[in-house]
Amino acid sequence: MKFGKEIVLLSLFAFAALVAAGAGVNEPFRQHMWVLFFALAGFTAILLRNTEFRPAAPIDPSAYMDGPIRYGAIATMFWGVIGMLVGVVIALQLAYPDLNIQPWFNFGRLRPLHTSGVVFAFGGNALLCTSLYVVQRTCRARLFGGDLGWFVFWGYQLFIVMAATGYLLGITESREYAEPEWYVDIWLTIVWVAYLILFLGTILKRKEPHIYVANWFYLSFIVTIAMLHVVNNLSMPASFLGSKSYSAFSGVQDALTQWWYGHNAVGFFLTAGFLGMMYYFVPKQANRPVYSYRLSIVHFWAIIFLYIWAGPHHLHYTALPDWAQTLGMVFSIMLWMPSWGGMINGLMTLSGAWDKLRTDPIIRMMVMAIAFYGMSTFEGPMMSIKTVNSLSHYTDWTIGHVHSGALGWVGMISFGALYYMVPKLWNRERLYSLRLVTWHFWLATLGIVVYASVMWVSGIMQGLMWREYDEQGFLVYSFAETVAAMHPYYIMRAIGGAMYLSGALIMAWNIAMTILGYRREEDPMPGSVPALQLAR
Amino acid sequence: MTYNFMREFADSWGLLAIALFFIGSVAFALRPGSRRQAGEAAQIPLKED
Repeated sequence: MKFGKEIVLLSLFAFAALVAAGAGVNEPFRQHMWVLFFALAGFTAILLRNTEFRPAAPIDPSAYMDGPIRYGAIATMFWGVIGMLVGVVIALQLAYPDLNIQPWFNFGRLRPLHTSGVVFAFGGNALLCTSLYVVQRTCRARLFGGDLGWFVFWGYQLFIVMAATGYLLGITESREYAEPEWYVDIWLTIVWVAYLILFLGTILKRKEPHIYVANWFYLSFIVTIAMLHVVNNLSMPASFLGSKSYSAFSGVQDALTQWWYGHNAVGFFLTAGFLGMMYYFVPKQANRPVYSYRLSIVHFWAIIFLYIWAGPHHLHYTALPDWAQTLGMVFSIMLWMPSWGGMINGLMTLSGAWDKLRTDPIIRMMVMAIAFYGMSTFEGPMMSIKTVNSLSHYTDWTIGHVHSGALGWVGMISFGALYYMVPKLWNRERLYSLRLVTWHFWLATLGIVVYASVMWVSGIMQGLMWREYDEQGFLVYSFAETVAAMHPYYIMRAIGGAMYLSGALIMAWNIAMTILGYRREEDPMPGSVPALQLAR
Repeated sequence: MTYNFMREFADSWGLLAIALFFIGSVAFALRPGSRRQAGEAAQIPLKED
């Protein structure tokens, strides 16, 4: 029977969720278990409707397993639009506090929904599906472990649903980028170990003798995130039927653990994983090998050895020992070099094919991503210097920095990879429309430029206002005065975010039409066909 | 396993071991004769789909 095991197990877990919904010791936990019950029961019903008793068709062991990757590409687009939409909403809430709808949709609950939505739901699904795509094609091997790929995909979606609904119900550990409570953390650990087995198993059964560098980056991302997630979330639940837990660490140790996790989430989730994407999809789209393979190896080891120490720069001028702050700063500054080495490697892959920048909007998107990678890996080390940090810390400058990395680097390289991958996955000759990619490119780029520059102005103004003393040593501005001064910039920031979101909506339309098999009749991109052929 | 022991180990032998591993892996990547092998590895994604 198709899905036999799955249906039995899911029904059992749905029943357990129902029991927990009745027996939970606090109201948010009971509500959360109802969410889990309906998610599991609904999924069981879908499987029951799709089950068959005919023997399953034999699987060709030499063919790539692309099912979970197709689902992953759609999930990436779906969660991307949701996460960015929530981002625009909270940007507007900062400008217009009346938009806070109590209690579920206030800023405090929506903000982790935005960060987790774009980082783990959009970025995570992009990494999941591209890593499985890349590892099969560079190892020339089918995914390891039969249906393990499906378990990882659906297990990860369940994690996202539980994390997102938990935030809205007010369930939080209050740990930056790691807000889900203990039971959701345990579930993610299980899914993540399965992901590691899936990825490593595929590498081990490879037919290509050499492990291509993109897989090194993906593997380092998977292994390091496993370690970070487990250590950062060591905690003791107050009750095994409740939604509250207490961290194993306290005080400054807890703060350092959180930022050791937090900065390496940036370093290994948002950087190493997406560098894996860059090292496969840029050569593919440009149809040229990477500029220097040996540089990519040095890039890899330098990123691995340096990033892990940079976290303390989030805790400058706190109770953290001074030597630890300085250590974090020094390693952050050293990171600048390998980051730019990687940027040069990505950009120079196009050497000899720079004309593609004019004719291929997907390449343009990837190049813009690499440019933003270089920009934010320069800005980051600069901001980690203690004297700069004394101005920038706790201000909007930090928010601007994060977004130039997240929207510019992570977002754009994922868009480029999806635009490349979707026609291949669904056997389409090309995308529905290349013109729409150009629209997306410009909306996204201008959106980031608006966002980042507005946050520079707003953040530096905010920092300067906070530290302004008069001749008698009194602070010149009250906190509320700085908030009022930032109002116009908050509105402009929301406009920049809305531009980026509208680009993503155009992409969703383009991708959906490509999957459905439509092709828009349009003139070729200027310059892509010799002019003489056009003039009839 | 006191704090002081770990602290002293981290900035002496631990630091040395990690630094040597890093220098070793960079030297290995750039060793003479690696160019041809690296050139072949760079072609892996372009061979087929």
